[in-house]
Amino acid sequence: MPTEQKYKEKVVIKNPIEKIESPVLKIDDLSVSYGGDKYAIQNVSAGIAKNKITAIMGPSGCGKSTLLRAINRMHELYPNTHNKGGVYLGDENIYELNPIQLRRKIGMVFQRPNPFPTMSIYDNVIAGFNLNGIKLKRSEKDEIVERSLREVGLWDEVKDTLHNRGTFLSGGQQQRLCIARALAYTPDIILLDEPTSALDPIATSKIEDLLVKLKKDFTIVLVTHNMSQAARISDYSMFMYLGELVEYGKTKQMFTTPKDKRTEEYLTGKFG
Amino acid sequence: MNSEKIFKYLLVSSGVLMVLIALGIVATLFVGSIPSFKEFGFGFLFSTEWDPTEGRESYGALPFIIGTLLTSILALIITFPFAFSISLFLGEYFKDGALPSFLRSVVDLLAGIPSVVYGLWGFYALKPLVAELGLNAQGFGIFTSSVILAIMIIPYASSLGAEVISMVPGSLKEAAYSLGATRFEVVRNVIVPNAGSGIFAGYILALGRAIGETMAVTMLIGNSNNMPTGIFDLGNTMASLIANQFGEAEGLKYTALIEIGLILFVITGIVNYIGKLIMKKLSA
Amino acid sequence: MHIGTKPKNLIKKKVFIQEMNISTEISDRKMKQRLLKDKIFTNGMIFLAFLSGVPLFLILYQLAIKGYRQLNISFIFEEAPDTMEAMIAVANNEIIPGGIANGIVGTLIIVGLASLIAIPLGIICGTYLAENAKGKFAGLVRFIVDMLQGVPSIVLGVIGYIWIVKPVTSGFSALAGSVALSIMMLPSIVRSTEETLKMIPGTLKEAALSLGVPYHKVILKVILPTGISGILTGVILGISRIAGETAPLMLTALGSTVINTNITEPSSAVPLLVWEFYNDPNLVNMIWSASLFLLLLILGLNLSAKAIARKWKVQY
Repeated sequence: MPTEQKYKEKVVIKNPIEKIESPVLKIDDLSVSYGGDKYAIQNVSAGIAKNKITAIMGPSGCGKSTLLRAINRMHELYPNTHNKGGVYLGDENIYELNPIQLRRKIGMVFQRPNPFPTMSIYDNVIAGFNLNGIKLKRSEKDEIVERSLREVGLWDEVKDTLHNRGTFLSGGQQQRLCIARALAYTPDIILLDEPTSALDPIATSKIEDLLVKLKKDFTIVLVTHNMSQAARISDYSMFMYLGELVEYGKTKQMFTTPKDKRTEEYLTGKFG
Repeated sequence: MNSEKIFKYLLVSSGVLMVLIALGIVATLFVGSIPSFKEFGFGFLFSTEWDPTEGRESYGALPFIIGTLLTSILALIITFPFAFSISLFLGEYFKDGALPSFLRSVVDLLAGIPSVVYGLWGFYALKPLVAELGLNAQGFGIFTSSVILAIMIIPYASSLGAEVISMVPGSLKEAAYSLGATRFEVVRNVIVPNAGSGIFAGYILALGRAIGETMAVTMLIGNSNNMPTGIFDLGNTMASLIANQFGEAEGLKYTALIEIGLILFVITGIVNYIGKLIMKKLSA
Repeated sequence: MHIGTKPKNLIKKKVFIQEMNISTEISDRKMKQRLLKDKIFTNGMIFLAFLSGVPLFLILYQLAIKGYRQLNISFIFEEAPDTMEAMIAVANNEIIPGGIANGIVGTLIIVGLASLIAIPLGIICGTYLAENAKGKFAGLVRFIVDMLQGVPSIVLGVIGYIWIVKPVTSGFSALAGSVALSIMMLPSIVRSTEETLKMIPGTLKEAALSLGVPYHKVILKVILPTGISGILTGVILGISRIAGETAPLMLTALGSTVINTNITEPSSAVPLLVWEFYNDPNLVNMIWSASLFLLLLILGLNLSAKAIARKWKVQY
């Protein structure tokens, strides 16, 4: 485990926001604390490219989940959080937006599949509409459910059991259902927090294929523990360490010629 | 026989003794009810008469069964918003800190107050209020008893609810928040559907409590043996009737009261059984 | 949650929802409504939760204000006054002479005897249930204990009357009251013993057994002492549950105006005295102090149960 001391003369990437042309989301000098003076992430700046997959990597506890959650303000569910800096969606600081409206624009998929166990598959897909009190006609609901499930490749598997509970599906199917639930509500950006870490390899590869397919319509930000996953599917990669964004760039570049020594050590499996 | 064996027999026999006590209670109530049952048959359950006048003695349980159900269900309805609020407060909104631990102690203390003290307070504080509001001439009656019962069962109705609400997985709440739900919408669409059966089980067990509660009700219900005509009328519950009349009862009235006790026993048994059944399904 | 502003539309998407011409926009008016609903609900919940505690303070206040005047040494050491004495005292605006000593002694005897019956039986039965977590008969016993917990206290009064008052003591008696109350406190002792013993890790038992200690000694010398705080907490809560009971005693111990230590004779108890004072207009002034005494006794028991649960907790 390298100490911080060793890297005093680290390579600092100035203003990575500039590196992405016309980003859909700009993270500007963001620091987040869960209370007190200790910051889980510090001074992170990055632009997120539109219709691309951006992977956030790093060892456990490096702040990658915190960064992801700060993008749709889910970290605020914990008491005593506070942040410095900002995140801009277009030219608006998301911390000045209404969090409920914000989450409509930025959806989220979680580490463990979490379909609502008291709802059917059908109701899970349209949960975003129901929860927000958007009234739809029956035919509209049917269409949304079918198209969302087709989008995630689940339609043929579940079309006869739509009114069964979602919790009877396999883990991989549940996770695709959760992705369908997030995209049915048409966010601009979908955040995924280690979406395959609880799944077997076959289910994982299905989800990876799905994400690659989805990026034509959505901007995807993915936290992953799995370097080869980031290498396989992401266009851009961030490497975080101890709450700090160490390196950010095109995935191919980062994996072949990392600029920072820590990134290199992480990618070659020296720690993490 | 060695001490090892004796010890094991001792353990088992304590279980046997428990079974015997329970069977003994059931058998005693059954045997005690036989004369009354011979006299009135199943008509006892449906007769509204309670006439101890010698020569034309006639007893029926219906006014007291109705009185019991009316007071306890009304109590449950009154207690619901309060108990549910406490469950949510302790189980979801404020889990740690000074305020919730204060509320938790208050609820514990409410459970510790003896029934007779609740009755006193009801008599001196609540009854005049009910009378002043014009709900009932003297302030006695089913409604007054229900209000006191509602306060008494708050701890029982709220504690199980708080527990199951706190066990609703955080991942489900997060999923709803990430779709843009407000906290109220999370409560309505995620917490209540997921914790509902546990909350319900708590209310059923509280209902069982209310049905068997004696002293406070006896002091406030007005002890009328007529069929109650409404929630502001006087009445009697099965428990309050036994408390009032068992002491000096003889002959037919004595066995009729035991039969009332049997009915009370069976009803609370069924209610508690349903509650436990729901709880068992939850933990499975 | 603060209201904030609505994000602008950024991307013209080609997603199917757009083709379907369904808007996922939420109007400002609707958003405000939802946030208002959320706020009203939260505040209403907090208000109702704390409103539930108000009766407790009203009761405590009433008992303290009206009861403290009578609380003195003689209140604890003297027997309850008769109606005439009390009437004269009230007429002269004096403190009613006498106290509740007959009730205190009666409560001590009745509750003590009930504990003597219920505690050993309850602990043994709880041990049996903990040691036979899966057995069929144990399941039946567990079910019966659960059902016993729900039996209304007045029914147990009837049982005490039929079992003891009629055939054994041929008259109302403290013993009958104790039997009724012992059945009442049994379930809480059994369940707390079982729950406590189940929490003790199996490795502890294995360690003792591997030393060649016989099974019964392992239970008596290792397992039960380890669980003592949990068991004791259950016992005290059981006692506090029966100490305030009035209804079953009305049908069994009946009440007595003098101190009585013979368990085959009628006996008073503090909750019975509250009931008697309530029914006697001349003694009404005494009910507050008697209730206050009873309440303090029960709260004291509850607090000590909590303290024991916290302080004697064995770490494993």
